[in-house]
Amino acid sequence: MARPGLGRRGGIRPPRYSAAGLVSHGLTHRDWTPMWRRHELEPGYDVVIIGGGVHGLATAYYLAANHGISNVAVLDKGYIGGGGSGRNTAILRSNYLTPEGVRFYERSMDLYRGLAADLNFNVMFARRGHLTLAHNDGSLRTMRWRAEVNKLQGVDSEVIGPDEIKRLVPYMDVSAAARYPVLGALYHPPGGIIRHDAVVWGYARGADARGVHIHQDTEVTGIDVAHGKVTGVRTSRGPVSAPVVLNCTAGWSTLICDMAGVQVPVQTFPLQAAVTEPVRPFLDAVVVSGSLHVYVSQTDRGELVFGASVDPYPSYSMRGSLDFIEGLAGHVLELMPSLARLRLLRQWAGLCDMTPDFSPIMGPTPVDGFLVDIGWGTYGFKAGPVSGEAMAATIAAGKPPPLIAPFGLDRFAEGRLLGEKGAASVGH
Amino acid sequence: MILLTCPWCGQRNSSEFSYAGNVVGRPDPDQATPREWRDYLYLRDNTRGWVTERWYHRAGCRQFFVVERDTVTDQTRDPRAGTVSLNAAEPPTAEPPANQGAP
Repeated sequence: MARPGLGRRGGIRPPRYSAAGLVSHGLTHRDWTPMWRRHELEPGYDVVIIGGGVHGLATAYYLAANHGISNVAVLDKGYIGGGGSGRNTAILRSNYLTPEGVRFYERSMDLYRGLAADLNFNVMFARRGHLTLAHNDGSLRTMRWRAEVNKLQGVDSEVIGPDEIKRLVPYMDVSAAARYPVLGALYHPPGGIIRHDAVVWGYARGADARGVHIHQDTEVTGIDVAHGKVTGVRTSRGPVSAPVVLNCTAGWSTLICDMAGVQVPVQTFPLQAAVTEPVRPFLDAVVVSGSLHVYVSQTDRGELVFGASVDPYPSYSMRGSLDFIEGLAGHVLELMPSLARLRLLRQWAGLCDMTPDFSPIMGPTPVDGFLVDIGWGTYGFKAGPVSGEAMAATIAAGKPPPLIAPFGLDRFAEGRLLGEKGAASVGH
Repeated sequence: MILLTCPWCGQRNSSEFSYAGNVVGRPDPDQATPREWRDYLYLRDNTRGWVTERWYHRAGCRQFFVVERDTVTDQTRDPRAGTVSLNAAEPPTAEPPANQGAP
């Protein structure tokens, strides 16, 4: 990858975090060293990554860590982790429906499990157990199907009945008199939650230590293409030349692709979420109901985090709506009536780039050197590490590894759509 | 978006409506190449700004109608009247299609 004059740049390792370091810092009150540095925008890089979220930063980190390509810039028009990476509900799981989907997300879970040690940064991964509720025979049948596919791939999943659900989530209404009675659930013990900001910061710190330049407040305004090959990007801070440009944005992925003249089948929908005031820990598992379009988890701070499915029409608006909050409250109370007095602290929306087959688009485009890692819909966060690893491998090798080969942009023209119904059942 | 103006029923809660998609021309199935047909099926402009789109008044008069919407602010305006704009500085940009009202 290295071009003349743009060799590999060495990094400065930040001090390792440790219990002893925490104590000495606490006693001396010395300033912590910044986790990543500011740099002048250089005139050229080997790789420019647009979008400083978990996907972009993970790609930069694995490029430097696994492939020795560190002359890399990550550009973000705002601050890192300010888009989808900071707006999701931080749920991790790998209990998908198709074998390809299960293998892909299980690799991501593997990386997440080892991430704190790998990055020397506490990402606060909590294995809580993940319940996907079935309210009718059809979804119970799908849960059985998913459980069997999961087991074949070595992923711990099983279907459990209302008694077992009640044992795991005592506050849930599993009575037969409920409006949407709980018939059973797909129980996925390895599922859990994580601190999504910490994942972004950990990757940024790791990438910075290996020589990657992270440029915040740097908006890409254009992409230069000559003779079908990308030559660089124009930014609000000046032009940057690069033979490889990777689009890792969400919400803006079609706008960035338009700059390179690449058409992608993506539409942007807001997905809303909300959080309550903190209360004592009472909910250990992550509870998802596809029929009620709601998922609930309790953070380490005690707040309940609620998410829903995407809004019913495409929009770039990131405002919350009354419609959403009314529907959400009704559905949550349907599951856990005792939460009626709990107050909501805030609600927000993140932008989800939906593709026709509810699967992402990863890999090369018709413009040579312009790659995409987009269309992550409602499932991008949990796939951050694996797609970073795979996109780094794609850039290093010049072609996508087999794990992500089916996710190419060419699948739409060739009619090879991927139906991942384990992802499509509910935004999660 | 909280309210949407139905040409027949006036301003109603947006929850009464269903989004029915961008107004795009359908190629002739007998004439279109597979590529044109796939583009029609999958590719959308995903415009950031004003778009012309169809909505369906599901819980009301059950008619389809065409509305212009700003996808950044979710403001809407009636493309036929041209003057009923929530954003007065912005004149309507798109002409309503000839087959307006058809599903």
